[in-house]
Amino acid sequence: MSLDKRENSVGTVSAEKILIDKPLTLACGFVLPSHELMVETYGTLNADNSNAILICHALSGNHHAAGYYEGDEKPGWWDSYIGPGKPMDTNRFFIVSLTNIGSCFGSTGPTTINPETGKVWGADFPALRARDWVESQKLLMEQLGIDCWAAVIGGSLGGMQAMRWALEYPDKLANSIVIASSMKLSAQNIAFNEIARRAIKSDPDFHDGNYLHHNTLPKHGLALARMIGHVTYLSDELMGQKFGRELRSGTFLQGEAAPIEFQIESYLNYQGDKFSSGFDANSYILITKMLDYFDLSREYQNNSVGAFSHAKCDFLVVSFSSDWRFSPERSREITDALIAAGKNVSYAEIESDLGHDAFLLPNPRYEKVLGNYLSRVADKFEAASKGAAK
Amino acid sequence: MNQDISFINSWIKPDSRVLDLGCGDGSLLATLTQELNISGYGLEIDPESISQCVAKGVNVIEQDLNNSLHNFPDNSFDTVIMTQALQAMRYPHLVLDEMLRIGSQCVITFPNFGHWRARAYLTLRGRMPVTKQLAYQWYDTPNIHFFTYSDFEALCRERNITVLRKKFIGEHFPDRQLKNLWPNLFADTAVYHLSK
Repeated sequence: MSLDKRENSVGTVSAEKILIDKPLTLACGFVLPSHELMVETYGTLNADNSNAILICHALSGNHHAAGYYEGDEKPGWWDSYIGPGKPMDTNRFFIVSLTNIGSCFGSTGPTTINPETGKVWGADFPALRARDWVESQKLLMEQLGIDCWAAVIGGSLGGMQAMRWALEYPDKLANSIVIASSMKLSAQNIAFNEIARRAIKSDPDFHDGNYLHHNTLPKHGLALARMIGHVTYLSDELMGQKFGRELRSGTFLQGEAAPIEFQIESYLNYQGDKFSSGFDANSYILITKMLDYFDLSREYQNNSVGAFSHAKCDFLVVSFSSDWRFSPERSREITDALIAAGKNVSYAEIESDLGHDAFLLPNPRYEKVLGNYLSRVADKFEAASKGAAK
Repeated sequence: MNQDISFINSWIKPDSRVLDLGCGDGSLLATLTQELNISGYGLEIDPESISQCVAKGVNVIEQDLNNSLHNFPDNSFDTVIMTQALQAMRYPHLVLDEMLRIGSQCVITFPNFGHWRARAYLTLRGRMPVTKQLAYQWYDTPNIHFFTYSDFEALCRERNITVLRKKFIGEHFPDRQLKNLWPNLFADTAVYHLSK
């Protein structure tokens, strides 16, 4: 492992399992009497508990957002943006990253034991909405002794949580940072999610979601679901640049019978297989459904301006030019509604050919905008802390 | 071009909503927010300027003014400002209409191509002026429309736009002394306060 990569890293980290021993009523009506959350934190909470950032992960994210696990060479999924001197500067902020309920990295979800039955939840895990994640995060916040987030930040589904926070708990966050997100999914977006779910459900090993009881995994279906998703997270340009029509094996020569395999095929198969051995199929179904359900303004007479008028925090909205799954247009809708609602908002459309995945990857302009915004957030609470100390 | 146009503070109502088209590094909005407690938003496309606005805490929206401003509803702002950018718009007259659709008033500043220095440059050298105000070569300039203060007034008359106030800027001799007497010749920058 190169040491350079670890420069400005939060270093070796470990996760903690936190028991939330309070009932959580889900949007579907189901009550979880208690639940567990896998949590990582980076940086130090300041004396007046005012420097905390909540990271909201997206479909396949988890609590390991930054730093390295002992003996692991791969950093957390948002390591480019979290660390000393990085946009989410751990010298100034205390950063909280968790795996939300319903996912499959140790927090309560389809792969954990249902205390009622003593068996894994599997397909019986209740349906979730983005607001359920916000409610669970709110309970975690109380347990950590944080009264107000300096910022709630997320990309994609994470951005939906950041927006929901602003409406549900307007006094509990100072800034909402919404990256590559949308107030609701388009029909095309829902369509892609349904194809992914169908791929999983068509796997003979799926057993109506009770595959763990059958000691099997619908790996084939989940890999297929991920391959479809993966294509939509990249841009045509990027795929062209990265893979083009390069062959991995075989030849176009006439008279040769060996089958050809394009690089893109091999890459996608590899990504699908890797994902299907690390993610849970029920979680994938649950969380894609959650994305489909999300509609920021549904309970506000479908009026996004009316919805955002409940918010009290400031907003930063960021999109990426080649993202067609959560296109810049969707982010502009968020921005326009926020302006009409009279909220403080800045919007940047970052030039990138990396598609939807751009929000996870290094990009100097994105780093600068996010860094400048958060630096000002930190200036504010640091000045307030100083004032309070006097 | 960072001219002092702090006098426009008295043209803008405290606590009002202000939209600055082509807001640059956000200095003007920052000042107006500090002094008049306005609720301000700036539109900008230059990445560096956008970062600077964000660093200042000025609301900045990445949007190209040459594309539509239809995302802003009618009368959604009290004042729409545009400083030194009208000459760079593809269709200045349509932008002007849009400004007065979105705001009940607008403040607009532009370089006066009728200034004697520009006239002298063109007359004597026979070349398109490259001055401090108009610092680009003709083939590579964001300023794609050249017009004088008189041209602008004619456009306002044609489109039934009311000129509430105007002010002329010219700091150097003899501009400072003569700019109000003969603005089309001695003002290098014109500042207009308009309404429908």
